Amino acid sequence: MEWRDQGIVLSVRRHGETSAIVEVFTPEHGRHAGVVRGGASRRMTPVLQPGAQLDLTWRARLEDHIGAFRVEPLRSRAAGLMGDRLALAGLNAVTGLLLFVLPEREAHRALYDRSEVLLDLLGHGDVWPLAYLQWELALLEEMGFGLDLSSCAVMGPAANDLSYVSPRTGRAVSRAGAGEWADRLLPLPACLLGHGPAPDRDVAEGLRTTGHFLRAHLAPALGNHPLPDARDRFVEAFKKRIAE
Amino acid sequence: MSSNRDIDALIDMMAKLPGLGPRSARRAVLHLIRKRELRMTPLADLMHTVAATARECGNCGNIGTEDICDICTSEKRANGMICVVEDVADLWAMERSGVFKGRYHVLGGTLSALDHVGPDELRIPHLLNRIDAEDVTEVILALNATVDGQTTAHYIADQLDGRVRLTSLAQGVPIGGELDYLDDGTITAALNARKTL
Repeated sequence: MEWRDQGIVLSVRRHGETSAIVEVFTPEHGRHAGVVRGGASRRMTPVLQPGAQLDLTWRARLEDHIGAFRVEPLRSRAAGLMGDRLALAGLNAVTGLLLFVLPEREAHRALYDRSEVLLDLLGHGDVWPLAYLQWELALLEEMGFGLDLSSCAVMGPAANDLSYVSPRTGRAVSRAGAGEWADRLLPLPACLLGHGPAPDRDVAEGLRTTGHFLRAHLAPALGNHPLPDARDRFVEAFKKRIAE
Repeated sequence: MSSNRDIDALIDMMAKLPGLGPRSARRAVLHLIRKRELRMTPLADLMHTVAATARECGNCGNIGTEDICDICTSEKRANGMICVVEDVADLWAMERSGVFKGRYHVLGGTLSALDHVGPDELRIPHLLNRIDAEDVTEVILALNATVDGQTTAHYIADQLDGRVRLTSLAQGVPIGGELDYLDDGTITAALNARKTL
């Protein structure tokens, strides 16, 4: 068995004294693990950092074997982000959530494309937290827990002031439709709908909403494990930036 | 096979040590047997002693043979600087250089989402206590230049939040390194940390 693909490094675990077991997210083969011989060496450690873009050749005798990767570095992302605590937290959140949600060896091309774009955006300007929020929306969608923000669940398509999301159904609710239930609903900032500017406070509100669906809907479906701490640390770091 | 069960067991045990395999373990055991008085007996005595006395320093996390290690008890080391390292091996590496004359703090790992290592699993609360108790003026974060290492460094920086001067090791071209052989991440870090000559 052999294939060649690109991939994003999600995790690296030392295997023996000199090798490493690397998990990557590839466009054609999804989340895939393999042994990198010499992966714990001084030469390879900087290459095998989470977020790195690699050219991969995977070989195994049988398809269900873990197999071995031969890797060539294409882009290192971590080094440029190490001085930026928020971007580094974002990188950890992306790789942590992908490890958390992705099944092994199942292609998710659309999510891969969005993940690659987001990782390239990390740390560049102020726009990337919005890209991160939209990536979480796409992640929920890809995993079958997408939000329906097309029209009001109560008033129908006629309502045009969509302001909330139902925490149970994930459907949008207009201000008029929410009525006295408004304080039990999740916020729906305009940036989640793809409208208007996206100030940091709105992005933080959006993260509260996506966080609810990751925690209360997606995580239970995946065995009820807690979400990776890295996501909470990113949200905390982002709120701290807003407070500053 | 040596045709002796005890010697085979010794070879098997040695082969599990880092850097050794079955073949090198056989060579080492053969060497020890041939130099029994010169090597094997003193080694066995020392291993017995260290096995009985080695312990973690209650203050910094270094490994020594006393409850508080020599570095922590040395008055000469009380210069207000604490160097934070991930592991005892890192502390020993710093000591080999002989450059740093302050005290250390071993975290015992780094934050890792993959391994479910959070701040509570590391010795970060103890570090915060030491900063107050030992009149610390500077904390040097000597953590690995990896994603986990730098994530931990940022977390500690947030926790200290201006209480002391906080510095970290520089990142970039190693001594004797040639640019042509460096990965692009290291070159990026070196360029970002460039200095005026």
